[in-house]
Parts: sequence; structure tokens; C-alpha cells
Amino acid sequence: MSDIQLQIDNLSKSFHTDKGSVQALHDVDLQVERGEFITIIGASGCGKSTLLKLVAGLDTDYEGSIELNGKPIPGPGINVGFVFQEPRLFPWLNVENNIAADLSVSKGDVRGRVNELLEIVRLTPFAKSYPKELSGGMSQRVAIARALLREPEILLLDEPFGALDAFTRAHLQEALLEIWHRKQRTMILVTHDLDEAVFLANKVVVMNSRPGTIRRIIPIDLPFPRKKNSESFQAYRRKVLGEFEQADEL
Amino acid sequence: MKEVTVKPSRNNRFRTIARPFAGFWLPALIVIVWQWLSYAGVLNRTLAPSPYRVAIEFWDLLISGTLLHHLRISTIRAMAGFGLGAAVGLVLGVAVGFLRPVEKSIDPSFQMLRTIPHLAITPLFVLWFGIGETSKVLLIALGAFFPLYINTFLGIRSADKKLFEVTRVLNFSIWKQITRLIIPSALPNILLGVRLSMGVSWLGLVVAEMMGSSAGIGFMINDARQYSQTTVVYVGILIFAVVGKLSDSLVRLLERHWLKWRDNFQG
Repeated sequence: MSDIQLQIDNLSKSFHTDKGSVQALHDVDLQVERGEFITIIGASGCGKSTLLKLVAGLDTDYEGSIELNGKPIPGPGINVGFVFQEPRLFPWLNVENNIAADLSVSKGDVRGRVNELLEIVRLTPFAKSYPKELSGGMSQRVAIARALLREPEILLLDEPFGALDAFTRAHLQEALLEIWHRKQRTMILVTHDLDEAVFLANKVVVMNSRPGTIRRIIPIDLPFPRKKNSESFQAYRRKVLGEFEQADEL
Repeated sequence: MKEVTVKPSRNNRFRTIARPFAGFWLPALIVIVWQWLSYAGVLNRTLAPSPYRVAIEFWDLLISGTLLHHLRISTIRAMAGFGLGAAVGLVLGVAVGFLRPVEKSIDPSFQMLRTIPHLAITPLFVLWFGIGETSKVLLIALGAFFPLYINTFLGIRSADKKLFEVTRVLNFSIWKQITRLIIPSALPNILLGVRLSMGVSWLGLVVAEMMGSSAGIGFMINDARQYSQTTVVYVGILIFAVVGKLSDSLVRLLERHWLKWRDNFQG
């Protein structure tokens, strides 16, 4: 019944520097089912971004195994999308060319997909604008659209809304949920924001720091759309917070 | 989810009107004062002829075809030298920027060559390549090479590492990495290099033409000096200034068009 898409077993990762080696991840096990929304929460430096980069194939120097659809990940691929903490748009390309990235918008099929994504992230009127004319929230929506263009099976998001103000963040969280419902893609989002973690996820993964390990996986059995001030939401929030605080004390 | 972008509006009427002419005020003022001083008899007529007499000389040289003849030869030399130097500078700058081993093996030598003054190397060029066109073009090329080489190198190295990471997660091919990331991010520096190289080409041209030639603006100036035709010297200098400025403006026009995406302080 369960359809495991991403399987992580005994994953460890160390960084070697001149001063010695630091273990960023230790013995991480995680299973992600197709279509799930996973949020990973932990203190800064707990290795959550490292975990995401390993899944993206940006770094292939690790111990243990990461398998996507039963196969190891050889390197960055178009079946895994990645949204960085900053929008990282190409400043010399306008919005539609940024979304198309290395593809040409003048091609019919690309044109169609770009238009669809522009509509999903609600930036159709800004198709010809340059990144310098966009606000932070708009830029991040372009980045999400860009990551979605190749129809990735999994979308990885590394604290994508961390640098945004509270209102914009709330907007984008809703937008992301809408995309998730529409596109039915698996999403793994790293955050340090408790509300964000509970608001978005089917499962919240709480991580310990130094070395990064998974402390607990908390399923959030709340229907969408969720209300952040509802009693049930707050109950889950307290539960995650409890784990989080204990994790911090260790 | 409505958002509005606010474009910086600088519809200041005075600015819009004054901007194209803003650069003309200073030279115009100098010419007026100069003319007035000549008229008052303060200036020596031979050493500093009045702007009016320079203008007359300019007209005469233009009508007789002498000016255009010299200008044509000078332009061809400058363009050939610039083309050669800039092309080599661009190619080597790209190679050095991309490949660390290439940088380590050739960049130190170029940095050493760069410090040698033009005038010091001129006699050698004459000995090696004679006094003909080859040595002139090569001398100009040598000067034009360095600014573009250095700025291209710098531009390629200024490509954002974070954007590189983006091209990796999006599976860009090497070719797309070059055309969509490296070249656009190096373009501001490359264009600056082109501007500097063009400037140096005109400087190199004067050195080359004064070392011995029978035509060209540099020759015209040198020749006029021997016969104390100061007005011709002034016309020659003026031509250099105008052509130099025009070529610079051309590149700046390209800059404005190609670099409109930039979000820097515009003054």
C-alpha cells in the first residue's frame, strides 16, 4: 500500500577541514512516500541543509545509501528539483527566461509550461520583468516555478521562506500548498520555523544537532487547509516544540 | 496575492532636458574663454592659436581631403591593432579564467610584460618588424591586449558560485553554463575591457605613427610641428579627442543596451 519513493539508510556525512573533521550527519534513516509533504526542522547547524544537498546529488561524498525509486542518486538530475534559501535568479534573464533557465521559451512546449507555471505562481503580468524589479517574495516564487518546470518527482526546498517577512511567508506557504495539491509532487522542506513545519507537513522530522541525527518523526494528521490558531494545530505545535526543546538540551 | 512593483521614476524635467548636453558645458566654456583671451591678445598666436583659426584650419584640411586621408589610415591601423589585440586578449582571458592550470602557467608572464612601457619596446619592434605597417599594428595590438585580457579574466572569475550551483541542480550542459552564466556575468567587465583597450589603441597609434610614417593623424601632427603649423597640431589633437570619445560612447551604448538588467548604484 505504501509507495516508498525515497529511501535513506544509515546515512552519515563528515566534512574534512584543516582543523579536523566534523560529523554533520550520523546514521540517518528516512523513508518518504510518493506525494508526501515532509518538513525537516532543527536548530541551525544540525545538518538539515546538508541532508537536502545529499538528496539533490549536489554532494556525493557520504556513507550509507540514498535511493530514489530503488536506485542510488548519481548526481544532480532533473527528477529532483531544488529551491535554495535565496531565489538565486539569473539577473540578466527576465522572469520567463529565468523559469525556462537553459531551455528556450520560444519553443512551443516550453512556452506552454512556462505560461502554466507563471499562472500557478501568479506572476503572469511580470513575465518580462527583470529580477531587480521584483520583491523578495516574487523572486522566490520565480525560483519555485523554475524548479517545477522539469516536472521533478521530488521538490527539495532549503529554508525557502527564511529571509521573507511574516506576511509574504504566509502567502507563499499557502501558494506552495496549492502547488502541492495541484501538481501532486513529493516535497521535502527544511525550515527552522515551527509554524511553517506544522502548517505544511504530513510528517515533521525533528533533528538533533552535532552530529545531525533524526530525533523523531511526527505525523501531522490535520486536514488541509489548516488554521494556525486552531486548537488542534496548536496541540501539534506544542508536541513538535516539546521535541525540539529536548533536542536542544542534548 | 497582489503585488505592485514601483519603478524608480526620475521624470525630473530639468534632468531629462539637460542630460544629453551636460557634458558639453565645460569644453564650450573653455573654448569661449580661450577665444576671448586670443582676441584680447593675451595668448601667443603661434603657440596657442585661437579656436577660430583652428576651426578654419580644420575646414581647409577637410575640404582638401588631407584630413580624411590621414584619418582613414589611422582608423584602419587602430582598428587592425585593436582587433588583433582584443581578440587575443579575449581568448586568452577566457582560457585563463576557465582553467586554473592555464592561469598558473601563463598569467605571471603576462603580468610581467604588462609593466613594460610602450615607448621602451618601440625600438625593438622597429628592429624586429621594420618601420612598416606590421610593427605599427603589433604595437597597437600589444597595448590593446592587456586591458581586455585582464578584465575578461576578472569577469569570468566574478561569476557567482551560488548561480553555478543552480546550473548544477538544473543540469545545464557545459555550453549552457558558458552562454547563460559565464558570459553574461563576465559581460560588464568585458565591455569595460573593450573601452579601455580602445583607448589604449588610440594612444598606441600616436606612438606608432610618430616613430616614423608617411601618413596618419600622428604623422600629420608630427609633420606640422616641424613646420610650426600649430593650428594643424591642434586639429590633430582635436581629432584624437573626438574619435576617442565617439568610440567610447559606442561601447557605452552597447553597455546600456546589454547590461540593462544590472541593479547597481547609478549615481
